[in-house]
Amino acid sequence: MMTNNAGRSYVVTALIAFAFLLAWHIGVQTTSSGGPPLDPEYAKLMGATATTGKSPMPGPLDVGAKLAEHLSQPFYDKGPNDKGIGIQLAWSVLRVAMGYGLAVLVAIPLGFLIGMSPMMNRALDPFIQLLKPVSPLAWMPLALYTIKDSGKSAIFVIFICSIWPMLINTAFGVASVRKEWLNVARTLEVGPFRRAFTVILPAAAPTIVTGMRISIGIAWLVIVAAEMLVGGTGIGYFVWNEWNNLSITNVIIAILVIGVVGMILDQALARVGRAVTFPE
Amino acid sequence: MSVISLEALAKRYPKNGGGETTIFENLWLSVNKGEFVCIIGHSGCGKTTVLNSLAGLDRPTEGVIIVDEKEITGPGLDRAMIFQGHALLPWKTVMANVAFAVSSRWPKASRAEVESRAQKFIDLVGLTGSERKRPAELSGGMKQRVGIARALSIEPKIMLMDEPFSALDALTRGSLQDEVRRICRETGQTVVMITHDVDEAMYLADKVVMMTNGPGAMVAEIVQNPLPLDRDRTGMHKHPDYYALRNHLIDFLVSGSRTFRDNIPPGYDPRKPPVVRPAVAA
Repeated sequence: MMTNNAGRSYVVTALIAFAFLLAWHIGVQTTSSGGPPLDPEYAKLMGATATTGKSPMPGPLDVGAKLAEHLSQPFYDKGPNDKGIGIQLAWSVLRVAMGYGLAVLVAIPLGFLIGMSPMMNRALDPFIQLLKPVSPLAWMPLALYTIKDSGKSAIFVIFICSIWPMLINTAFGVASVRKEWLNVARTLEVGPFRRAFTVILPAAAPTIVTGMRISIGIAWLVIVAAEMLVGGTGIGYFVWNEWNNLSITNVIIAILVIGVVGMILDQALARVGRAVTFPE
Repeated sequence: MSVISLEALAKRYPKNGGGETTIFENLWLSVNKGEFVCIIGHSGCGKTTVLNSLAGLDRPTEGVIIVDEKEITGPGLDRAMIFQGHALLPWKTVMANVAFAVSSRWPKASRAEVESRAQKFIDLVGLTGSERKRPAELSGGMKQRVGIARALSIEPKIMLMDEPFSALDALTRGSLQDEVRRICRETGQTVVMITHDVDEAMYLADKVVMMTNGPGAMVAEIVQNPLPLDRDRTGMHKHPDYYALRNHLIDFLVSGSRTFRDNIPPGYDPRKPPVVRPAVAA
């Protein structure tokens, strides 16, 4: 029954995708413009859109062809404004990895400290509450001014946006470790380090990884916007550059690959989450 | 030779709106080496507080606890606790749960030594073959067996049990009681156990400590178990002293625990509560 249901859901998914592509394809078909003849100068300026009534919106076939072209040559580099989509993605992933990695290194130990000490929890709570709702992009000018390097500023913005969910979840996970497990460690005279690594960390791991999963999602959302601002390289810059080139095809392709990479990052952490979850 | 001595123990909590609630005060108790002591009393009499204080997990407001001629100031490996809710670490296997205790007790032991020691106690509680299972794959009784193996594996001077079988069904409870009695008799283990269950106390205990209701609980008396040492759980009700003991315990729980405070017998000394040994009138 399960497999049957799963099989059915795949069929429905495929049908919805097909219907969407078909509607898209029909929606962008040439519409015959029965209007008066155009001024030749204007027609030349506007190209096929005006002369033949071709929609400026690319259809699924255009996007598919372009995507195949990108995928056949993902890593070419023909100067600052013409790089393969693979290179642009790699830059974005690298920045996210660095900013996110730094955030992990700060948030998890700090979250541990906050979670272990109700006093520190109360003391740091106002700062967290104040800084958490700030859009990470609001930090950008400050980062550019102090760091004086646009690439590092983007990494900083990723750092600052991914730190909060991990910090809050780590603190919560550590603070809510079951008292009886801590009592087991106490009666066995387990030292603070061993207790942290063999009792508290495994007990809090599912909550911590949930925070990490929320953070990676936010980091991947923010990197696109941050790269639009700092420019140079990255998938966010690619989107903005292609908008300036008026290549809607490439913008659609960018949306697609951003989605795919985001999904892979999320699923990777979901897998980590399953690995650290324990049944009770 | 007493291995545990509670001296003038008191526990008070601040009351809402000022003042203090005294759970118990001036509580004295001594336990001899190799003795199995059960503490019986209604909820709220502070028996869990007494046990947690013995474990070092809780601190009495007044008084001292002496274990093996030393005052205790916190939890220690000389005392092992068996928790009511088994308190196994769910991400560790049976072997890892027991090995965690063994390697805490002997931090310098090699991995092989730790595992062979853990194995010995897993075998002792009858869980051979389940070493690689996680607690979620075990039944309630098996989980509590792991808890017992973990407690025994550190060779504690004293074993403390907080209603260890109360969450189990009657059949499992019975077989675990047999197991605990067998192991404690073989090893001469000193045990302090809290229970609500009169039959459990009669089967396991050498000495039953009767606590009156809280707040202001006290040890009313200490009941010596008149049943023979080699009693068995299913046949002990045929012993002539069985009903004398059982009636004595139940009478206390039904009324004595409530009324004791108001008519304290003359000559009652909280430092030396009366010791009684219920038996058929000779």
